[in-house]
Amino acid sequence: MTTTPSAITVQSVSKSFGRGDAAIRVLQDVSVEIGAREFFTLLGPSGCGKTTLLRLIAGFEDLDSGSILIEGAQIDHLPPFQRPVNTVFQSYALFPHLTVAQNVAFALEMQNLSVADVRRRAGEALEMVRMGAFANRKPSELSGGQQQRVALARALAPRPKVLLLDEPLSALDLKLRKEMQIELKQLQTEAGITFVFVTHDQEEALTLSDRIAVMQGGCILQLGTPRAIYERPAHRFVADFIGEINLLDGQVSGPGKVRLDCGVEIAAAAEQATGARVTVAIRPERASLAQGGMLPAVVTHAAYLGTASILQLRLANGTPFLLRAATANLPEIGAQVSLDLPPEALQVFAA
Amino acid sequence: MSATSPFRRAGLVGPALLVVLILVGVPLSIMAWVSLLGRGATIGVDWQSAPSFANYTKLIWEEDFDGTLLFNPTYLSILWRSVWQAAATTVICVSLGLPVALWMSSLSRGARDIAVLLITIPFWTNLLVRNYAWLIILREDGAVSRAADAIWPFGPVQLLYNDAAILIGLVYSFLPFMILPIYAGFEKFDWRLLEAAYDLGANRRRALTRVIVPLAMPGMIAGSMLVFIPSLGSFVTAAILGGGKSMMLGNLIQLQFGQSRNWPFGAAISVVLLALMMLVLMGIAIWKNRQEPKR
Repeated sequence: MTTTPSAITVQSVSKSFGRGDAAIRVLQDVSVEIGAREFFTLLGPSGCGKTTLLRLIAGFEDLDSGSILIEGAQIDHLPPFQRPVNTVFQSYALFPHLTVAQNVAFALEMQNLSVADVRRRAGEALEMVRMGAFANRKPSELSGGQQQRVALARALAPRPKVLLLDEPLSALDLKLRKEMQIELKQLQTEAGITFVFVTHDQEEALTLSDRIAVMQGGCILQLGTPRAIYERPAHRFVADFIGEINLLDGQVSGPGKVRLDCGVEIAAAAEQATGARVTVAIRPERASLAQGGMLPAVVTHAAYLGTASILQLRLANGTPFLLRAATANLPEIGAQVSLDLPPEALQVFAA
Repeated sequence: MSATSPFRRAGLVGPALLVVLILVGVPLSIMAWVSLLGRGATIGVDWQSAPSFANYTKLIWEEDFDGTLLFNPTYLSILWRSVWQAAATTVICVSLGLPVALWMSSLSRGARDIAVLLITIPFWTNLLVRNYAWLIILREDGAVSRAADAIWPFGPVQLLYNDAAILIGLVYSFLPFMILPIYAGFEKFDWRLLEAAYDLGANRRRALTRVIVPLAMPGMIAGSMLVFIPSLGSFVTAAILGGGKSMMLGNLIQLQFGQSRNWPFGAAISVVLLALMMLVLMGIAIWKNRQEPKR
């Protein structure tokens, strides 16, 4: 048990939009503890409730039930301007009528700091994101990546206890996004504050996070480190959503045995009763081509990726299968191959 | 854009210039010329008279019987009252128009269209008719008057035939011209900016003064011009709701061209009014330029 309180405690929070029969439950009894200085990611497809949870923490929405605490103090009754959190918006929401420096100084001025302090701390925040040279520009004169940096500096300038980031990188192109990911991580370490990051990009979530909460339908399906989420998904949905995975339907044919729909019986640790419909999941990099492997397949497509290649295969019943294989000795397209599925790499979910 | 030949450019801009010249330039020149002439015996202007600035000096000085010029504050006080009334109308319209426009832009799409319709509906009725309607609303034993009497402890309230009545009429007439430009600006307003302001520690008041008002400024300036300028020249409201007791610049001009048959003097006042409006417009332009220095 830790003695320091969590940065954020979300206790059985529910939220619906609309009234009566038309009401849509966006969050259903969600509870989560986010640690101090943690890079915590809410990951899920659009409509899973991740942004709503972030907006509840920021104070832009009122919760229906439950409570939200920051460092042990209840804050869910406070208006946004009294909460020790700041938000980086998806669209940045920089004030178009103010310069970069004035944008960053906004929160400091709201704290009624002296002019000298405002100037010094706004300057520091801008330097932190290397935007000092752009202090007198207007947001409209900046590129997307630069606006992103200013939005970060603006939210970090008042030194919040928690920084909330609502898909901040989604508007950037791939190369810039990769750069900003690294910077974001460095910034979090430097600033030493808790980041709550919302994204639908599972790769981004895996790269950045200390812990990830995978959300769907207003619930947290799985909460854990990127490694745990990737290697030991607790749900079929999580397995499918995070990274690439092959999902093979079948039926439990006996203890530790699953008969796949393509007709092959494989060894897999199924907890379900014999006869139950299940889905067997395996990552593309965990299967391998092997002489005398148990699963026959036909190569339909091969993509060269440099360090490895991705093979698209088809099983006997037409199910597609992705395989990441070493580039040496690649089979021809149309070749008959057989696959080895190590039992420890397989996960079995109820269908 | 492809290079346009000077000939083609003249062909494109020419018609518009010609229309402006004929419909604005020529009448204004005639008016300016008339303002320098003398009063005619039958048609209001004597085209043969020698041009002079007599009509302008008459605005400030009065010629005594012995030929000395005496200061005459009558016209200046009318001018001052007109400017004051127009300015008050503009200020009231801004303070009513901003919240209404803000509220409108927070409505759903369909409700917005209905709100815009409701605000423009008065334009379907003639201004004269609408002013007479106010006459009925504000009359002595009308509902408004009685309600005011009930609330106001210091004796009966006179709502009609005074400056307050004119102000009510002017605000009513020109409020849509303030609401619509502000609303047009808010229609594209990114509400996340308001959330960002709250998020960064601004309470409602500071979010209003630091974010909403600056962003509504272009609409407020446009609206102020659309309200101030016609208010300054209006005469119908003052004639009907003011009971003709307190004269405005517009009434004075109308009087010169009508009953008094003194076109040159009317033209001179019109020129002064026009100059006043130009000054206001230039002031706003200079102020705007200073707000957004050229980059």
